[in-house]
Amino acid sequence: MADQATFRIWRGDNGGGKFVDYTTEITSGMVVLDAVHSIQHQQANDIAVRWNCKAGKCGSCSAEINGKPKLMCMTRLNTLDLTQPVTVEPMKTFPHVKDLVTDVSWNYRVKMKIPKFQPRKPDAADGSWRVQQSDVDRPQEFRKCIECFLCQDVCHVLRDHDLHDEFIGPRFLIYTAQLEMNPIDSGDRRKALKEDLGIGYCNITKCCTKVCPEEIKITDNAIIPLKERVVDVFFDPIARIFGAGK
Amino acid sequence: MAEFPVHEYDVLVVGAGGAGLRAAIEASAAGCKTAVITKSLLGKAHTVMAEGGMAAAMGNVDDRDNWRVHFADTMRGAQYLNNCRMAELHAKEAPARVHELEAWGAIFDRTKDGRILQRNFGGHRYPRLAHVGDRTGLEMIRTLQDHAIHQGIDVYAEHTVLTLLMDGNRCTGAFAYDRERGRFKVLSAKAVVLATGGVGRAFKVTSNSWEYTADGQALAYKAGAALLDMEFVQFHPTGMVWPPSVKGILVTEGVRGEGGVLRNKDGKRFMFEDIPENYRSSTADNEEEGWRYTQGDKSARRPPELLTRDHVARCINREVKAGRGSPHGGVFLDIAWIKEKLPNSVEHIKKKLPSMYHQFKQLADLDITKEPMEVGPTTHYFMGGIQVDGDTQMSSVAGLFAAGECAAGLHGANRLGGNSLSDLLVFGKRAGEYAAKFAKENGTGRLDKSQVDEAAKAALAPFERGAAGENPFAVQSELQDAMQGLVGIVRVESEMQQAIEKIHALRVRAAKAGITGNIEYNTGWHTALDLDNMLSISEMIAMAAIERKESRGGHFRDDYPEKSAEWGKYNLRIKRGADGRPQLERVPVVPLTEEMKQVIEENK
Repeated sequence: MADQATFRIWRGDNGGGKFVDYTTEITSGMVVLDAVHSIQHQQANDIAVRWNCKAGKCGSCSAEINGKPKLMCMTRLNTLDLTQPVTVEPMKTFPHVKDLVTDVSWNYRVKMKIPKFQPRKPDAADGSWRVQQSDVDRPQEFRKCIECFLCQDVCHVLRDHDLHDEFIGPRFLIYTAQLEMNPIDSGDRRKALKEDLGIGYCNITKCCTKVCPEEIKITDNAIIPLKERVVDVFFDPIARIFGAGK
Repeated sequence: MAEFPVHEYDVLVVGAGGAGLRAAIEASAAGCKTAVITKSLLGKAHTVMAEGGMAAAMGNVDDRDNWRVHFADTMRGAQYLNNCRMAELHAKEAPARVHELEAWGAIFDRTKDGRILQRNFGGHRYPRLAHVGDRTGLEMIRTLQDHAIHQGIDVYAEHTVLTLLMDGNRCTGAFAYDRERGRFKVLSAKAVVLATGGVGRAFKVTSNSWEYTADGQALAYKAGAALLDMEFVQFHPTGMVWPPSVKGILVTEGVRGEGGVLRNKDGKRFMFEDIPENYRSSTADNEEEGWRYTQGDKSARRPPELLTRDHVARCINREVKAGRGSPHGGVFLDIAWIKEKLPNSVEHIKKKLPSMYHQFKQLADLDITKEPMEVGPTTHYFMGGIQVDGDTQMSSVAGLFAAGECAAGLHGANRLGGNSLSDLLVFGKRAGEYAAKFAKENGTGRLDKSQVDEAAKAALAPFERGAAGENPFAVQSELQDAMQGLVGIVRVESEMQQAIEKIHALRVRAAKAGITGNIEYNTGWHTALDLDNMLSISEMIAMAAIERKESRGGHFRDDYPEKSAEWGKYNLRIKRGADGRPQLERVPVVPLTEEMKQVIEENK
């Protein structure tokens, strides 16, 4: 590995901006976030960048590295071509704030639209439930989500068609899926999924699954099963033939 | 104050990790208008990184467990320097707090009969940690976050508190800035709960995120509150040591709970060579027994790898210093060896320790199901902090409460793994409950415009100095070197004196910190404003560590390597003196009741 590398970082705020090249020393094992920090500490103190854990657990440092949505803290430099400048840009789907920081507050508002967890009656006198591990493996997969919003960033319904008011995006479809599949939950969100949360907009291109740093099978394990549940209720062909459709 | 917006609340919670969110939920449920202020986005606080689990004596895996055993384990781990009332409340209330999380949507790993699964951890006699793989903190923060958003709590994300607002000896709110836009805000409140976490960013090698800059401790100190046990810093025995850029990142104790063993370069399990007297009867004396313990054999005693963190960290340090370490200055932590015992070990490890597998694979090109990890001590946790009443969590300042890592009391000289997440819930709830009560019993306090103006002026000063000023990142980095090298895992008086001199010099430089660029999302400015808190509290850590002339728990003195019975009678308390400088004093440890003595005796 070379001793120096150049990073082409987007600088500016929502009024505009440009790429600025910074060359910095690199050492074995470094990730993109390390390089951004070393530039920030030595050359440009005011670079705006979000981060917390630096271990892929908090989902704060999402960005587009050489055009690909990734966590900066989990992108090793030895996976990138360092003979060319490495471009680091903010996520495109959300309003820009400054440098690498975007306004992701829409995601927090969306979550509030989803009908909340509603526990069924406990199974035991002490208020606890009896649930088999095999019944929670699937919702636990979805609860691995670190809310990095890379799946939202890459989803073309949001990124290209800007349907933020009608479609909640893959992050919140898996959020809804874990509620629906939690054996302790008694809610039914199928009507909401169809009418308020926009599940029909997803045409299962699986872009979200490809960028998920937690390797959650968003499309196959969450969205498709949810679509099937919605179809079961609202598009039952036999019920339609007999005029009993809902 | 006409120029700054004023927002009025009954209860203001500073910090949105486990303790802060739990406090806010409780205050809001009590009918109080509640706000939470957090330096990061919601759900990103340091709690998210907690891995192993939360300790609660539910007895789901071993029905011999109950609050009395948990209490005795916590007291022993704390080396009897903690607040026994808090240890009692914690042990008694933790199970209800765990069940409550499940009722709010958390999905814990299960036992075969469908209850919440519990795992072994250092210093806990029975399997006690409710967990979700090795991402328990994420489960906890997400559950609290998702519950809180439906409670009508106002969230000020990416805001930092500059100062607490005082009306005499009563806290009446906080003055804060919005990190994104740089705007100042007055948050008036009848009661304030600090839940700001620890001080790890004052050290070079740490498992902590950037947020851990001693804010709560420093804000409380400046407001006149007493701090306690500042000398007790926990160095977690197992942080990553290679590659350099990830040095310090946590490797969960769960690895050892699942059967992982520590070896030196000669392949020797060195932990068997040094088992403290008070743990000898409960520790395995051979490898086979240790393995059986990790697999749930109730007749087996725990392996020495699961001794308390302070002890394991020092043993690792000793091996490295004696030249028996691994190539990159750590020791080997091996979970791959269990393939000798379990035919499906690869799947088993991936299931039990998914994020460890992921972390090493991605950051170190290492497959933990096949090869041993290299690990070494990393600055992890602050046992000390704001002194609080054990029942109400109120500090010595009226209307100012503290919970979680920024508060002192539960953990004494050493915290047991797993007692932190339960601490957040038990005392977060209590802080919220009593803050709400205080708010209802007391009217809105008076706001003093001069306090706000002074804080705003000081906060903007770095911009006036511009590029000619000191680089705030350079000052922070030198502080980290000083604390790591001079007030770290092995301490001596002369080095700690040097650290204090260095801190004084850095304070002068920090006061000259300069910033370029504009006020919007300016991380250099944010760092410049954090320096004062970090430097103040670092100095107090060194002062208290010099004063305690013995070795106990997380505090190890090379010049006083033995535990002293006399020092076991006192905690060290720090308050701001009339001259504005920290004043140290010895205060007697909270005495045990007769019942507590009996509980400790029966669990010896």
